[in-house]
Amino acid sequence: MANGAPIISSNEGVAAALAKSLGAAVLDTVEAYDEISFTVDRKKLPAVLDKLRDKHEYQQLVEIAGVDYPERPERFEVCYHLLSLTKNHRIRIKVTTDEDTPVPTVTHIWEVAGWLEREVFDMYGVLFDGNPDLRRILTDYGFQGHPFRKDFPLTGYVEMRYSEEAKRVVYEPVKLAQDFRSFDFMSPWEGADYILPGDEKSDDGDDKGAKT
Amino acid sequence: MADYLDEMDHLADDADPTVGDLEIQNYTINFGPQHPAAHGVLRLVMELDGEIVERLDPHVGLLHRGTEKLIEHKTYLQALPYFDRLDYCSPLAMEHSYVLAIEKLLDLEVPLRGQYLRVLFAELTRICNHMLNIGAHVMDVGAMTPNLWVFEIREQCLEFFERASGARMHSAWFRPGGVHQDVPLKLLTDMADWLDEFPTLFEDAMSLVIDNRIFKQRNVDIATVSKEDAVRWGFSGPMIRGSGIAWDLRKSQPYDVYGRMEFDVPVGTRGDCYDRFMVRVEEVRQSARIMRQCLNEMPEGPVSSSDRKVVPPKRAEMKQSMEALIHHFKLYTEGFHVPAGEVYVATESPKGEFGVYLVSDGSNKPYRCKIRPTAFSHLQAMDFMTKGHMLSDATAILGAMDIVFGECDR
Repeated sequence: MANGAPIISSNEGVAAALAKSLGAAVLDTVEAYDEISFTVDRKKLPAVLDKLRDKHEYQQLVEIAGVDYPERPERFEVCYHLLSLTKNHRIRIKVTTDEDTPVPTVTHIWEVAGWLEREVFDMYGVLFDGNPDLRRILTDYGFQGHPFRKDFPLTGYVEMRYSEEAKRVVYEPVKLAQDFRSFDFMSPWEGADYILPGDEKSDDGDDKGAKT
Repeated sequence: MADYLDEMDHLADDADPTVGDLEIQNYTINFGPQHPAAHGVLRLVMELDGEIVERLDPHVGLLHRGTEKLIEHKTYLQALPYFDRLDYCSPLAMEHSYVLAIEKLLDLEVPLRGQYLRVLFAELTRICNHMLNIGAHVMDVGAMTPNLWVFEIREQCLEFFERASGARMHSAWFRPGGVHQDVPLKLLTDMADWLDEFPTLFEDAMSLVIDNRIFKQRNVDIATVSKEDAVRWGFSGPMIRGSGIAWDLRKSQPYDVYGRMEFDVPVGTRGDCYDRFMVRVEEVRQSARIMRQCLNEMPEGPVSSSDRKVVPPKRAEMKQSMEALIHHFKLYTEGFHVPAGEVYVATESPKGEFGVYLVSDGSNKPYRCKIRPTAFSHLQAMDFMTKGHMLSDATAILGAMDIVFGECDR
C-alpha cells in the first residue's frame, strides 16, 4: 500500500462471509479504502452485534459515531466501529434513523456503549431505546438543542459570562461584534451550484456558468 | 478494666450511646472540578460510606469546545492545529491519526524520511507524555521528588519540539503528505546524545518509586481489571496492556515505518494501578529504543510529498516559479479537495487507541470528523474500578488512567 495508514488483516472474502452469516439483516455492503461497512436493519442491530462479537470474534466496540445528512429521509447515521483483537481486523456497522425513531441500545452487549450512546444522543438527539442512563454528557448542565446537527449554527444560541453586578454566571443570547463569515473558496469553474455574477441576464438556461 | 477495653473497641456503644456517637449514613461529595488530582476539569460525584466509595459518577464535558463542529467549518489544513489542542500532553500523536486519515483518503505516499521523522517525533511525544503522567501519578500518591526530576526530562523533550517546529507544545508539524519542515542535522545529533543521557536521570527517578513501600501500598492491588473487563470496556493502550493483553497498534497494525522498528510490548500480570504504571515506565525505555533506530536508519531525501495539489511548495521555489506561487495561493485559500468516502484510522497514542473517523463529501472541508478519544472508555470504567476502594485511592486510579480533558471532552 502506498500510503502510511495502519495495515490490518486482509479484507479478502471477509465482507462476503459476514454478509452471508448475517443474512437478511444486512441492507447494504460497502468496501472502500480497504474498509468494510455494513448498513443493517435498525431493529436487528443488537442481534447483529451480538453475533459479530460471539461468532466472529469482534470483541471490542471502539466507537459510536453519529453523522447528520439533513437531506436524507432518515437523516442520522449511527456508525459502530468494531475491532477484533484476535483477527486483527476492523469493520463498521451502520444504522440510519431520524429524530423520533429510537435505535435499540447495545449496552447489554458492551458496557462501554453507555457513554458512547450518551454522546450521540447529546450531540445529535438520536434516541437509544433501553439505555438506562441516557443523560447529556458533553454539553453544559441545562443545555438545549443538539449542537452537532448540521442545522445548528456554529456560534450557538447562548453565551455565558461572569456578571460583576449579579455576582454570578449569567447566560445571554449570543451577540457577535461581527457576523460569522463562511467563505466559499470553491472555484467557480468547478462545481459551483450558483449562478455566476453577470450570468443572471443570460436567457439561454443551457450556458449558465459556462466556461469562459 | 474489661469494660474500659470494650469501650475502646466500641463494643459497648449500642448499650450506652454517648454524645459523640453518630449514626453514619452514606453521603455524596464532589471531587473536583477544581482539584489538583482531577488532572484538569473532572467532576466526580462520589457516594461514600465512610471513606469507602460506593458509587461514582464522572461528569465530563467541562472543557467541551466543539472541536468536531469547528473542524467541519475549516479546510483540511486549517483543521490540523485543533488536534494539538485535544491531548495537549501529546500533541503530535493526535496529529498523526488525522494526517494518516487524510492520506488514506487521498492515497498519498509520504517519502521515507518524512515517515521516519514522524515516527521519531511520535515516540518523543510518547516519552514527553509519560514523563508528565508518571510524575503526576507519583505525586498523586504522595511523592514529590520524582515529579520534579522527570519534569526536567519533559522540558528537554519540549525543547526538541521547539527546535523542530518553533512551538513547544502546539507544533502543527505533521502535515498531510509528510512533515512541515526538515530538521537540522544538529537537532538529530543532539537528540542522539540526549538519548544516551536522559535514561540516567529517568532510572534514578524511577528507583525512588518502583520499589518504594509507600508507593506499592498505594498502587498494588488497587483497581484490578481482568482481561475480560478490559476488552468489554473498550480499553486500549497501557490500560489494556496493564491487564495482560499484548495489544499495541504499533505492532499489530503498523503505520508509517513502525513495521521496520524492533521493540517489545510490555504487559502487566495483575491489571492493577502498579502494573499500568510499570507498563508506562517500560514504554519509555522502548520508545527510546525506537528513536535510536530511527536516528540510525533515517535516509536523506524529501520530508514531504511532492504532490503540489496537496503539499504547498517551499518559499524559495515560489520566488522563481509562477506555478509554485499559484499552488501556494490555492492551497492556503481553497485548500485541497479530498475524494468522497469515509475512513477510520487509529494510531497508538501514548494514552491508547486514538482514532479519527473522517467522512469526506469530496469538498475542501471534512463533512464529519469524529474523534475517538482514549479517555472516554477508560473514564467510564472508573465507576466499577473504584467501587469498594478508599476515597484516596481514587486519585491513584485516576493517575494510572492517564486522562487529559482536552481529549476527553474535545
